[in-house]
Amino acid sequence: MLSKKARTRIVLISFLLVVSVLVVFVVLKSLEENVVYFFSPTELYNKEDIFFNKKIRVGGLVKEGSIINNQTSINFIVTDLNNEIIVSYKGSLPNLFSEGKGVVAEGKLKDKKYFIADKILAKHDENYMPPEVSKILKKTKE
Amino acid sequence: MFKIFFPNKILSFSNKLFSFLIVLMLLIVFVGLIYSLFLSPPDFTQGDSVRIMYVHVPASFIALGCFGFMGIASICALIFKIKILPLLAKSLAPAGSVFALVSIVTGSLWGKPTWGTWWVWDARLTSMLILFIFYIAYISVWKFIDNYEKANKVSSIIAIIGSLNLPVIKYSVDWWNTLHQTSSITLTSAPTIHYTMLIPLIIMLIGTILYTMIVFLMKYKTEIMKFKLDKRNKED
Repeated sequence: MLSKKARTRIVLISFLLVVSVLVVFVVLKSLEENVVYFFSPTELYNKEDIFFNKKIRVGGLVKEGSIINNQTSINFIVTDLNNEIIVSYKGSLPNLFSEGKGVVAEGKLKDKKYFIADKILAKHDENYMPPEVSKILKKTKE
Repeated sequence: MFKIFFPNKILSFSNKLFSFLIVLMLLIVFVGLIYSLFLSPPDFTQGDSVRIMYVHVPASFIALGCFGFMGIASICALIFKIKILPLLAKSLAPAGSVFALVSIVTGSLWGKPTWGTWWVWDARLTSMLILFIFYIAYISVWKFIDNYEKANKVSSIIAIIGSLNLPVIKYSVDWWNTLHQTSSITLTSAPTIHYTMLIPLIIMLIGTILYTMIVFLMKYKTEIMKFKLDKRNKED
């Protein structure tokens, strides 16, 4: 049998654990805006307190066929399949940036549908496969 | 099975047995490296940078796993006052901390060509850095607090508090939008990683686990010898 002292320690430590879990939860919950690395176009659309001169990040998929390359800048549409936002950017792109792939743009909102980015990051998804398999998958899709 | 953790059992662990485990580990890691660096295919978008994953994923796994065990051992140590538990937790820290650093560094090396940046403050990367800081804090307490009982208590509390971070690391990619991708291997659905890449990953994982066990057992043996010596010195 457990000694009385050990039982008191179990109660005490479980209590402290529950309290610290709650504290961590509350802190993370209240910091959610900062913990989230980027907003999806839908989240931006529904967001009420929008800052137009504060730096934010927007992320999603680069819409197929939406990339327009001007001489000075590149425009494309970021979509989460529900809502879209136009992103305008000047500068060099990461190698993995391409249509249909994930992207995170950092910059400022001009309005709710137009975003001016000063940094573009490519987002990689959780799918890993050899090039041949990807080709076969694409063929069967078509 | 848990008998091997008993002080007298671990001391009878011969050098021969260690040599055998080391040879076995080297063999597995050698096969794993050949498979992951040469035989496995490049990825359809990342190309050859996918090969960093074969070190990154096992390293992260060990970093989280070691700290998890340290947390459980520390809780039990505080409650039941079993003398070997703090030594067990203490012996897991070196391997765990090194692999946490390996995970962060390899992730950074992968991030540059893939994402276009070495580092971002997203939830996964930040929580992993916090884990590494907890490891450093844990090890420092043992190093700099001379009084054994005090060091034991403070380090246990650090290990327990730090363990709360583990589910945050694991689920950060599901709870929040992060730049880091979600897990490819989950318990609930089929892996989204092709088997030609999954096999070398599993071999590397087994090799890394074995390596960690060897380093842990060596450290654990030393710690128990030190503990016994201290005790004898005090009695004299």
